[in-house]
Amino acid sequence: MTELFMLIAAKYNYWLYIILMMIGLYAMIAKNNLMKKLVGMNIFQTAIILFYVSIGFKHNATIPIIMGDHGHGGHGAAIHAADYINPVPHVLMLTAIVVSVATFGVAMALCVRVYQRYHTLEEDELRMRLSEK
Amino acid sequence: MKLLSLIVVCLTGGLLLYGTADLPDWGDPNAPASLHLSNYYIENAVRDTQVPNLVTAVLADYRSVDTMFETAVVFCAGLACFLLLRDFTPKKDHYYRHVPTGVILHVKNPDRQVIVGNEFEDIDKEWLPPDTIIKTVCRMLIPFIQIYALYVVAHGDFSPGGGFQGGVIFGSSLILLAISYNLKYLLKRVSEKFLGILSAAGVLVYMGIGVVAMVLGGNFLDYEKYAPIFGEHHIRALGMLGVEIGVGMAVTAVMVIIYINIVSEGKHDEGL
Repeated sequence: MTELFMLIAAKYNYWLYIILMMIGLYAMIAKNNLMKKLVGMNIFQTAIILFYVSIGFKHNATIPIIMGDHGHGGHGAAIHAADYINPVPHVLMLTAIVVSVATFGVAMALCVRVYQRYHTLEEDELRMRLSEK
Repeated sequence: MKLLSLIVVCLTGGLLLYGTADLPDWGDPNAPASLHLSNYYIENAVRDTQVPNLVTAVLADYRSVDTMFETAVVFCAGLACFLLLRDFTPKKDHYYRHVPTGVILHVKNPDRQVIVGNEFEDIDKEWLPPDTIIKTVCRMLIPFIQIYALYVVAHGDFSPGGGFQGGVIFGSSLILLAISYNLKYLLKRVSEKFLGILSAAGVLVYMGIGVVAMVLGGNFLDYEKYAPIFGEHHIRALGMLGVEIGVGMAVTAVMVIIYINIVSEGKHDEGL
């Protein structure tokens, strides 16, 4: 038991993201309402974004904006990679956030169209209406 | 069904949790993700691009083709919302309000388009006079939000920010206008045609900067080739600023297009 707690304490960030991810996955599979499924998809995406950003973190490092007078051709102190956190996950997640907003907008537009036509967003009712024809 | 999905979710979660045992510890500077590519970016980005914000340097210079298609994805999302929802069928009931007196005219099934003078405004059935407190607060807030959005776009090279963030802030200020007054008030100032052109122009600015660099004899999106026109000093930062402005234009317009189409189901009349 102590071993398990030690394992969780060392990797608690991953445990949190995976729990969040599984909440989103459960909502996507089990919920009946299309909007709730979309919310589940957003929770899932948020968990992945948190996971990536946490990979880029380093102890005793600051945000990836170079401080000091390096930009103006001056050759001050050398830049050490250990002083700045990893910028690559931030870039990837910046684009992922934009894509998630865009996909969420399109998905909501599709939901509006479905509602206009069938007057429901419940999945079982939609399936019933579709099989009636 | 619920039980089955719970079992599937627990199984997947258990496998993933088992997999975390091999992942690096929280904040480990020697994690595999921080050893190869990121060190090159941190140590050489300022020398290569003269931009201190590494996220912008990677986003708009090293990986600028990726970001270009990202902008195209955002544009496509706005286009998809428009094509899915926009409803051009003319409505049957028209309401016009005489502004000085507040008298409301109700026109039913007009044979042809009704042309009204400037003293009338086109309103919805559920029209309510805008609340004074909300109107005043939003009138004071919106300019500051927009100035802040422009700041975020312009300072993306040197501080946290950039085209995506600034564009979203600018778009949200326009959405605030639509919420605090009504949708027609926004569309009178920022027409739908303007929004469509703005979103396309944003993508075009981005691609145009790339193509002009090719015409000047460099690679696609090679900002160094603009040096004869704008001077050697901080030329890559200037190129990135141009690209970020394009991104900001596209994101602003697409945010507002998505909002106005979803909120009024494509009819562009009532809104919230």
